[in-house]
Amino acid sequence: MGLTKRLNGVHVDHSKNTAGMAIKRMEDPEKVYIPMSQNIGAPCKPLVKAGDAVKVGQLIGDSEGRISAPIHSSVSGTVEAVIQGMTQYGKTDTSIVIKSDGKRELADTVVPPEINSFEDFINAARDSGVVGLGGASFPMAAKLNIKPGSVDYLIINGAECEPYITVDHAVMVTYTRDIVDGIRNIMKWLQIPNAVIGIEGNKPDAIAAFREVLAGDSAIKVHELRQIYPQGAERVIIYETTGRVVSYGMLPLNAGCIVSNVSSVLKLQHYIKTGVPLVSKAVTVDGNIVVNPQNVEVPIGTMISDVIEYCGGLKEEPKKIVLGGPMMGRAIPRDDLAVMKANSAILCFNGDFAQQRKETACINCGRCVATCPMSLMPAKISRAFKDKDVEALMELDVLYCMDCGSCAYVCPARKPLNFEFRQAKAMVMEASKK
Amino acid sequence: MAERHTNLIVASAPHVAAPANTTSIMRDVLIALIPALAVSTYVFGIRAIILSVCCIIFCVFFEWISRKIMKRDNTIGDLSAAVTGLILAFNLPVRLPIWMAAVGCFIAIVVVKQIFGGLGQNFANPAIVGRIALFIGFAGPMASWVINSKMSPAILAVAEVDAVTGATPLGLLAAGQQVPTNLEMFLGLISGSMGEISAAALILGGIYLIIRKVISPAIPVSFLATVAVLSLVFGLDPIFQLCAGGVMLGAIFMATDYVTSPITTSGRIIFGIGCGLFTMLIRVYASYPEGVSFAILLMNILTPHIDRLTRHKTFKPAEGGAAK
Repeated sequence: MGLTKRLNGVHVDHSKNTAGMAIKRMEDPEKVYIPMSQNIGAPCKPLVKAGDAVKVGQLIGDSEGRISAPIHSSVSGTVEAVIQGMTQYGKTDTSIVIKSDGKRELADTVVPPEINSFEDFINAARDSGVVGLGGASFPMAAKLNIKPGSVDYLIINGAECEPYITVDHAVMVTYTRDIVDGIRNIMKWLQIPNAVIGIEGNKPDAIAAFREVLAGDSAIKVHELRQIYPQGAERVIIYETTGRVVSYGMLPLNAGCIVSNVSSVLKLQHYIKTGVPLVSKAVTVDGNIVVNPQNVEVPIGTMISDVIEYCGGLKEEPKKIVLGGPMMGRAIPRDDLAVMKANSAILCFNGDFAQQRKETACINCGRCVATCPMSLMPAKISRAFKDKDVEALMELDVLYCMDCGSCAYVCPARKPLNFEFRQAKAMVMEASKK
Repeated sequence: MAERHTNLIVASAPHVAAPANTTSIMRDVLIALIPALAVSTYVFGIRAIILSVCCIIFCVFFEWISRKIMKRDNTIGDLSAAVTGLILAFNLPVRLPIWMAAVGCFIAIVVVKQIFGGLGQNFANPAIVGRIALFIGFAGPMASWVINSKMSPAILAVAEVDAVTGATPLGLLAAGQQVPTNLEMFLGLISGSMGEISAAALILGGIYLIIRKVISPAIPVSFLATVAVLSLVFGLDPIFQLCAGGVMLGAIFMATDYVTSPITTSGRIIFGIGCGLFTMLIRVYASYPEGVSFAILLMNILTPHIDRLTRHKTFKPAEGGAAK
């Protein structure tokens, strides 16, 4: 397929220090703190109270909301309290505190679902508790609940284009067959004729593993993505794998596509096969001060500090801890916060790394312009933002910015460009409401 | 219970940055100018270094004092003033009185750069305006070209015995005299402004800047190609035209100034072609033998318009509308 336009991007040092490491399951922590808001859409209401005995996979939080995903206990033990506490997003939210008995006993409700129809499949997707694990946390059941036959491409995102993170890579080489089974299930029940698995070229073993399993299957293709950030961004991977252009304000559905992260598909398939819902998530624990960087399967609700301790602790005082990759991840104020479903990495850095960038004047070098995957003009947008010129911001298509951070990464003046653009977008939205 | 950390730095992503920053870019430009300075020192002697150092000191001083008077933060650490100083020195005759060089530095840094708001705000290249102001204000000293025995016999041939100044190759050409060989031109065994003489050394610096990704080849290549093509059109020797005067210095180090050149590749190509075109038109038709400075200044002024014409088209569906 010949693409008419070559999307720009940036070559970021991969820093995939944990590549090739198997995912180790950490033992249950003493306590887990399971937040009730782990997806985009409606938060869950607790279904248990202090003193209740719970088991792994037991439903402990649910919502009536159309866009929501149920929450299950990640440990067996006793509910200690239902509290209001701070989440990773800096908001106060209800969390269920469960003291683990360390036995990891499965709940009686954990049985593979029976799927005989599209409705059964969507119900299973909901009961799995799976949300978009690429970071977006959009409930899987809501994403898959389309009119069967209305979409012709299922795109599986295995790009993992962020530096450091290697869990999707590990999952792809370890559970290749399960992922393919999961893809086939989605294709079957949603009547999607084609699927394409997009994997960045820096993971040749994952590409080879899928090609081997898929030999003779012409409906599912493996697409080797260029090694340039951000190939895994939704609009970018859709274009790279299908040539279709999805723009701001459009859903992939409008272009006949569903995009799902490779780990989300695996977790859904895992539920269909075993009946165990999403109760743990693999995360890469790395950075420049972790004693034993590795990939860890963490029970949902485990304190980030407990995960770090499992990895041998830190060599020096951390100054910055990032959840997710260094290009788009969030820096958290403290590490006594709970791991959530959509986390993919815990990156710990010392003061040398975390140093605040001193901003200087724009020298019009054009690096941002040459880098923007959406072909925006970041230097011009920054100027319009400084002038609070909403008309110019709209004319410069600031709403099409997907916040990938490539412009800010390359900026020699160290301007926080995408941070400015987030505010610029809010200004434009606000103005268009009036 | 694991040790807890509760006072971490919260900042917006990205949490990593590319290694190049403004200071490292300016440092690379200074490094790239060293080969040309070395050849100039060989040809002109220690005076080339004295002039360079003085111009750097003047520019950095004017930058520092004007920021201080205007109560702005000190920016001499970004090295941009040092770059302006060295490039301005390259544009001056080696024997120019130091106080005149200081006037040029004042115009470049204070009038062109800082009054407009400092780095990034100036519409014209400071060194070019500094040079043009001196050229108009001190026409005699600015056209006083040192000659010596290290230079091409063609340059010495027309000079009187024991003369210390003579003509530049472009001057010889205009006067219908024998010009230096292309090899002498390329190596820089000629008279001229202090840093412009050696095409070979300037190209070496340009290659360094391209490898370091400090500049893109768009402007130098389109500038030089236009000069070469128009030379053929006018029936002139393209190699001579490329190596003569300020073309190499201008194409590689002055037209590529980020602030005063277009931001997109297509804009840069238009800019380079414009520079080449005006350089040749001035050389062939105007009363000055050399036109690089004026050509670049003219294109500096056109840059905002070129930017507007060559803006990137946003990646979105062809019909432009977004389905909700």
